[in-house]
Amino acid sequence: MSLQMNRRDFLAGSGTLVVSVMLPGLSAHAATPGTQASRMALKPDQLSSYISVNRDGSVTGWVGKVDMAQGTEIGWIKIIAEELDMPPERVRMVQGNTEETVDQGGASGSTGIWRGGHALRNAAAEARLTLMEMGAAKLGVPIDQLEVNDGVISQRGKPGRKVSYGELIGGRQFDVQLEWNKEYGNDLLVKGRAKPKSPSEYKQIGKPGTRRRDVAEKLYGTATVMADIKVPGMLHGRVLRPPVAGAVPVSVDNTSVKDIPGVRVVWQKNFIGLVAPKQWDAIRAARQLKVVWSAATPPFPEQQDLYKHIAGAKVMKRDEEVNSGDVDAAFAAAARVVEYSYAWPFHSHASLSPACGIADMRADSATVWTGGQKPHHCREGIAIMFNLPEDKVKVIYTPGPGSYGRNDSGDATMDAAVLSKAVGEPVRVQGMRHDGTGWDPKSPASIHRSRAAIDKDGKVLAWHFETKGFSRREFFRDEGSPERTLAGQLMDWPLKPVWLLGVPGESYSFARRKTSDTIGPLLDRASPLRSSHFRDPGGPQIHFASESFMDELALATNTDAVEFRLRYLKEPRDLEVVRTVAEKASWQSHVGARKQMRGEVHTGQGLAYAVRGATRVAVIAEVEVNPKTYRVWVRRYVIAHDCGQVIAPDLLRQTIEAQVVQTTSRAVFEEVKFDQRNVTSVDWLSYPILDIKDAPEAIDITLIDRPEMPPAGAGEATCRVVAAAVANAIFDATAVRLRQVPFTPERLKAAWV
Amino acid sequence: MAKRFNLNVNGRAHAVTADPEMPLLYALRDDLGMHEPRFGCGLAQCGACTVLLDGNPARSCSVPVSAVGAAKVTTLAGIGSAQKPHKVQAAFIEEQVPQCGYCLNGWVMTSVALLEKNPHPSDEQIRDALTGLKCRCGTHLSIIRAVKRAAQA
Repeated sequence: MSLQMNRRDFLAGSGTLVVSVMLPGLSAHAATPGTQASRMALKPDQLSSYISVNRDGSVTGWVGKVDMAQGTEIGWIKIIAEELDMPPERVRMVQGNTEETVDQGGASGSTGIWRGGHALRNAAAEARLTLMEMGAAKLGVPIDQLEVNDGVISQRGKPGRKVSYGELIGGRQFDVQLEWNKEYGNDLLVKGRAKPKSPSEYKQIGKPGTRRRDVAEKLYGTATVMADIKVPGMLHGRVLRPPVAGAVPVSVDNTSVKDIPGVRVVWQKNFIGLVAPKQWDAIRAARQLKVVWSAATPPFPEQQDLYKHIAGAKVMKRDEEVNSGDVDAAFAAAARVVEYSYAWPFHSHASLSPACGIADMRADSATVWTGGQKPHHCREGIAIMFNLPEDKVKVIYTPGPGSYGRNDSGDATMDAAVLSKAVGEPVRVQGMRHDGTGWDPKSPASIHRSRAAIDKDGKVLAWHFETKGFSRREFFRDEGSPERTLAGQLMDWPLKPVWLLGVPGESYSFARRKTSDTIGPLLDRASPLRSSHFRDPGGPQIHFASESFMDELALATNTDAVEFRLRYLKEPRDLEVVRTVAEKASWQSHVGARKQMRGEVHTGQGLAYAVRGATRVAVIAEVEVNPKTYRVWVRRYVIAHDCGQVIAPDLLRQTIEAQVVQTTSRAVFEEVKFDQRNVTSVDWLSYPILDIKDAPEAIDITLIDRPEMPPAGAGEATCRVVAAAVANAIFDATAVRLRQVPFTPERLKAAWV
Repeated sequence: MAKRFNLNVNGRAHAVTADPEMPLLYALRDDLGMHEPRFGCGLAQCGACTVLLDGNPARSCSVPVSAVGAAKVTTLAGIGSAQKPHKVQAAFIEEQVPQCGYCLNGWVMTSVALLEKNPHPSDEQIRDALTGLKCRCGTHLSIIRAVKRAAQA
């Protein structure tokens, strides 16, 4: 294949590349609006869409995903640097902006490294091959006699004969076509002629020590995050929410805010908001504005009736059904049947700050700033809502507060867009705490019934696991269409709910049937209990039930919990995480609750294991339970984690550690409270999360590295094993079996034996 | 009615014209254009807006600008910089603590005040001093490691 190099000077088409290259990290996000227009023409099948070499020989990677501050950026950098034999310090990433990156789906499903990294690895390998071919031509040396060190190509044994990447193509674009699988989003994949390095050639992959780029500036207060963005002429917006969920505005008294300077009220269909030049004035006006709301029928059951409601609700869809072996025959032949039920409440995303969004809506174009994790989908939603061609909507990603799926960011940006369009000025929206916790998307509540058929010798013949609950995608997983946002729902866009929950991921060898029934929402439009993705969507709920049940089954068959898994699991990698975690935690074989004491507290260990995609994880929780206060403290976790090839082990450990703490919070402390009228969890007092006094003392992680395998997702898998491990440990410590989350003192006291 | 207030922020004098009831947070962010203290809850429940007032941690979302008076306001950027980091900043960087980092002001400023009063706190004293602060990303173990590292610096 002959190499066609485009000699057009990249800088001539986009004089701003140098500017963004010189700005470190987050500042670059703020500095790039309106720039890089030439990248808009870039297509998914072009190498230059993913990799470019700057004039100084440094490399820029372009990715249509975003790092939700867990170090994914460093993963991409290491992958690119490895293939190009560059020092990681000389590689930087541009993430997510719709004008600069191809749609690779944003942050989604722990695919940042697994899918995004795969595309970048292939692209970087192709870039290296292309550069080697150019270097061979330039030096007049056959390619097999060349080597690369720190971005400099030289003849092996003659280091003086050399040419750098920067000298070969710096500042200009590759004109190299890749094979593209014609997919966008998470499924996008490209590959070139080049074969990526084999693991035996790695110098950087799998080694620790590459520092994140976003940390220091966060500590010095010099980072620019979403809430810091200021657009010239920007007004501050607020949206008003009804006291009874489902109520709509009937009348508005604009004179009630006439003493506050510059307030303008925007009322369109059932959307009501306001803007003011100063943020404090917008906050005061939102408190002060007199709105008469319709007399809506309170839409919710009493909280205590939630699980009864789910049990009796009409099934909208059985979305998954897994059958293996003859389950019915096994139950018919069973000597006995073990059956238990479990329940999981609604959880709030509760990002640390209520979402912020900014929109500058013009007659025939729009610029939107979002902290949301799927900027390309944000563009789609805005384009449809305002009938703009997608290429007239520019979405600039700037990191927001931690987002772990679908938080309130998509709502804030759409709110800002509606207000901006109405008043003809750029508008920034950031709600108060009650707008965040009270009205953000919730992770779905669910109930689970688990049954097993056991023969006369205590052998498990079959397992029947049923999940029933609200959808994890009632209004989809992103803001890619107006009805997926609160503003769109308030403005009467037809709803297109998706009914989906899920089944456990595991490799137990007995016959099994797993079903997942999704029910409809309690309120179908603009509900504060609408449900969507929250980190490992559905996973923590389902595996709390399935892995709690496996412990109950171990007890029912007079078997140690580790031995039970080793007896029935069949996949070697699954067996290895269980064996490893048991060994690292010095697990002592036992059957049933040991009720051991350390001083005045009960202590216990509990195991759980699960599969998520190509990742396997097993966890042992070590808890202390105080018999006087009924406080549960998970003092230590021991984890064995296998996500295939490890790219950046130190960052992977921190990612796992933090998700364990976050899920501990969900399992032990969190439950969205509501009454018949509305959600009543509206701040950190009414929606408590884990306090540092309740943080574990240690989380000991063993990474099982498999360099020969592709890297799989690691941002969510461990979320699904935490709650069951804790429940199983509480049982070992106290003989109390908790089948409902959260594990509050009240619940433990009520169940105490 | 809006009034004029003189603020001493990170050793520099500033004048702000604002509603006396407006919290200090909005003066720092909107009037002075600072990025450090963040809005998290507006209810003094999370700590994302923490600054030091005469060396004591205060939730700037709940301190009216009229109540600041002559108190010296110190923000995250006021305790140290890339050129001259405070030992708490250096330790948080060394431990690579933050994920999203929206909560950092609370943890760092409260740790600075803790180490001023108690240079070598035990684990329990660290947890006691930092209780009530919120982190949604779950970086609590890194935070404790960082405060211990700072205490040894």
